[in-house]
Amino acid sequence: MPKFVPLGNEALAQGALDAGLSGMYSYPGTPSTEIMEYIRLAPDAAERRVHREWSANEKTALEAALGMSYAGKRAMVAMKHVGLNVAADPFINAAFTGANGGLLVVVADDPSMHSSQNEQDSRTYGRFAFIPVVEPSNQQEAYNLPFYAFELSEKYSVPVMVRLTTRLSHSRADIERGDAIPENALKLPADLTRFVLMPAVSRQRYTRLLGLQSDFEAEAERSFLTRYEDGDNNSLGIIACGIAYNYLRENYPAGCPYPVLKIGQYPLPKRLVERLVEENEAILVLEEGAPLVEDMLRGYPFDAGSIHGRLDGTLPRTGELNPTLVARALGLEAGSRTFDVPEDVIAARPPKLCDGCPHGDTFLALNEALEPYSKGRVFSDIGCYTLGVLPPYNAVNSCVDMGASITMAKGAADAGLTPTVAVIGDSTFTHSGITGLLDAVNANSPLTVIIMDNLATAMTGGQPAPGGGHLEGIVQGVGVPAEHIRLITPLPRQHDTNVAVMREELAHEGVSVIIARRECIETAKRRRRSAS
Amino acid sequence: MKYDMILCGVGGQGVLSIAAVIGVAAVDNGLHLKQAEVHGLSQRGGAVESHLRLSDQPIYSDLIPAGSADMLLSMEPMETLRYVPFLSGEGTIVADNNPFVNIPNYPDLGTIITTLERYPRVVLVDAEGIATEMRAKRSSNMVLLGAASVFMPLSPESLEAAIGTIFGRKGEAVIEQNVAALRQGRAVAQAQTG
Ligand SMILES: Cc1ncc(C[n+]2csc(CCOP(=O)(O)OP(=O)(O)O)c2C)c(N)n1
Ligand code: SF4
Repeated sequence: MPKFVPLGNEALAQGALDAGLSGMYSYPGTPSTEIMEYIRLAPDAAERRVHREWSANEKTALEAALGMSYAGKRAMVAMKHVGLNVAADPFINAAFTGANGGLLVVVADDPSMHSSQNEQDSRTYGRFAFIPVVEPSNQQEAYNLPFYAFELSEKYSVPVMVRLTTRLSHSRADIERGDAIPENALKLPADLTRFVLMPAVSRQRYTRLLGLQSDFEAEAERSFLTRYEDGDNNSLGIIACGIAYNYLRENYPAGCPYPVLKIGQYPLPKRLVERLVEENEAILVLEEGAPLVEDMLRGYPFDAGSIHGRLDGTLPRTGELNPTLVARALGLEAGSRTFDVPEDVIAARPPKLCDGCPHGDTFLALNEALEPYSKGRVFSDIGCYTLGVLPPYNAVNSCVDMGASITMAKGAADAGLTPTVAVIGDSTFTHSGITGLLDAVNANSPLTVIIMDNLATAMTGGQPAPGGGHLEGIVQGVGVPAEHIRLITPLPRQHDTNVAVMREELAHEGVSVIIARRECIETAKRRRRSAS
Repeated sequence: MKYDMILCGVGGQGVLSIAAVIGVAAVDNGLHLKQAEVHGLSQRGGAVESHLRLSDQPIYSDLIPAGSADMLLSMEPMETLRYVPFLSGEGTIVADNNPFVNIPNYPDLGTIITTLERYPRVVLVDAEGIATEMRAKRSSNMVLLGAASVFMPLSPESLEAAIGTIFGRKGEAVIEQNVAALRQGRAVAQAQTG
């Protein structure tokens, strides 16, 4: 077999394919994107005709995966952490219906917010939904995991969450592949009412789910992702969750002197945790993300001060862990650093719009069209165009969650701020802007929506945009009058025309939509390259 | 054997291609490899870094601890300074001395270069100039890798073979150009370090 050096995301993707995956669903989002990208290009996925189209958003993706699971096949859905906020409704309810074919919900968290608007720990969601969560610590575990997790899901007819973090998602390592197993046959659930969450059914399902919790704990104790490692020095016992285990071992190449409980599955392997706490004087909890396990151990208000981690300052309260921080928490000195760096010769280098990006031309026109009005009336959204907040544009005033530009602008317009502008990307518009536009149309809110249609989901690497080329029809179907749907081409030579169109629509006291359409430079380049 | 490298530069400069070539060469040599990459927002013209670790033993952390990298390989002089805290006391810096100026407050280049030259093991290379002279402007990352190869535990032959693997789909001419750039970078660094 050829050498395989995948990213953590790719290892998981190949593992899922080899474990009989029939359907993969996703909406892009860093750091989860490469899972679907890998499966889209994988020759074995093409040969087997594994379903692998991008979805319009995370909620539609998760629901489609649940449908495939209903039909008895193995399905996986992947998203970034905030994507699970969007998909939270089907996620929680799928724990009630349960799975039929194995169902894995993969969520990649981004501690330190390398490419995200917030930091949240998806293990909390797993606990909230009362389902098992598995967390690989390295690429080999990520590859092996789907074989195990699909089986776990089918054994208890329950969805299983797979939690990743940026560092594992985006790091490569050499790993070994196993033998592929066949896909499931089509097979509906034996009980055809259990997916009907009416109160009478839901109450039964809830009781069943809660009844499974001790089984899930026992599974976590036996899991290949969990390990109790003895140590001679009982002054400290260490809990190392997920990737934090690597940083611990990095600091003790020859073996850790303290007992270590490596945790890769939740709900917590209770008896192993109890053993660690009983046998050691103090506990140090190393976990990537929020201090979830630490908080559970502390047992407010009886904390005797023997639990250390992010909550008592032994480790930073927020952000990504690394071997240096873990070394400090253990009282060790990492590395042999001797070199000083004068701070004043290093400037920050923030990301920016590419040269010639269509969004830049749209912002220049918008800034000019808004000159007669006071500042602070442009609600924006998430995508490359969020970079319009930076100089030289200084063009936008908000970026909260996908779709929030239109709805926040509507609220501000309702409050009397006119004109108000919403600036939203084409992919974000189809992700969750359409429903907000419908609200604005129904209320006839005085609002100008600019859809930055670069024919791509650019920020995450140029995936196809689900509304590609037919946004006018969507907008008209929602009820925006045809005369207030305007198409412009964001190019320097069109600047004056574009400013004029924007001025006209800003003056209109109802909903207008301006579609600024020009392809993203990067995807255009790539298309030309692959054509030549 | 264990060899830790920080690769850095600006999004779009080809840092990840350097990492990919080293990765293939390492695995072909039967070494273990871990390589943490940057994807997402900072690829848009921001600072990018990659931690690359080679070892004949299993590797735990995907990230290199502060103060322990053997090599800091940088496509850009100011970016080099940003990652110096990762370098061990015995570590080597190999850096392109051509600035990539895409920010209004880029510091004085002279100060950056003198700061860099104060470190004990540093090789500054005009990789961009060398690549341009060879009519292979896009291969300046391979010039730099060639210069770094003087210090690395991988043979030049295995790096050349890896270039063949990585650029295979782009055709013979691209492979040859990159191999030539690698050789030229190596020769320049050898001349500089005697
Ligand atoms: C709920 C959620 N899902 C995914 C993302 C990741 N994400 C950020 S920007 C973006 C793409 C936006 O594409 P588009 O609106 O077309 O703007 P472009 O980047 O193309 O300018 C995605 C998928 C996110 N931040 N939140
Ligand atoms: S990737 Fe495309 S949309 Fe994003 S900044 Fe570059 S040109 Fe603009």
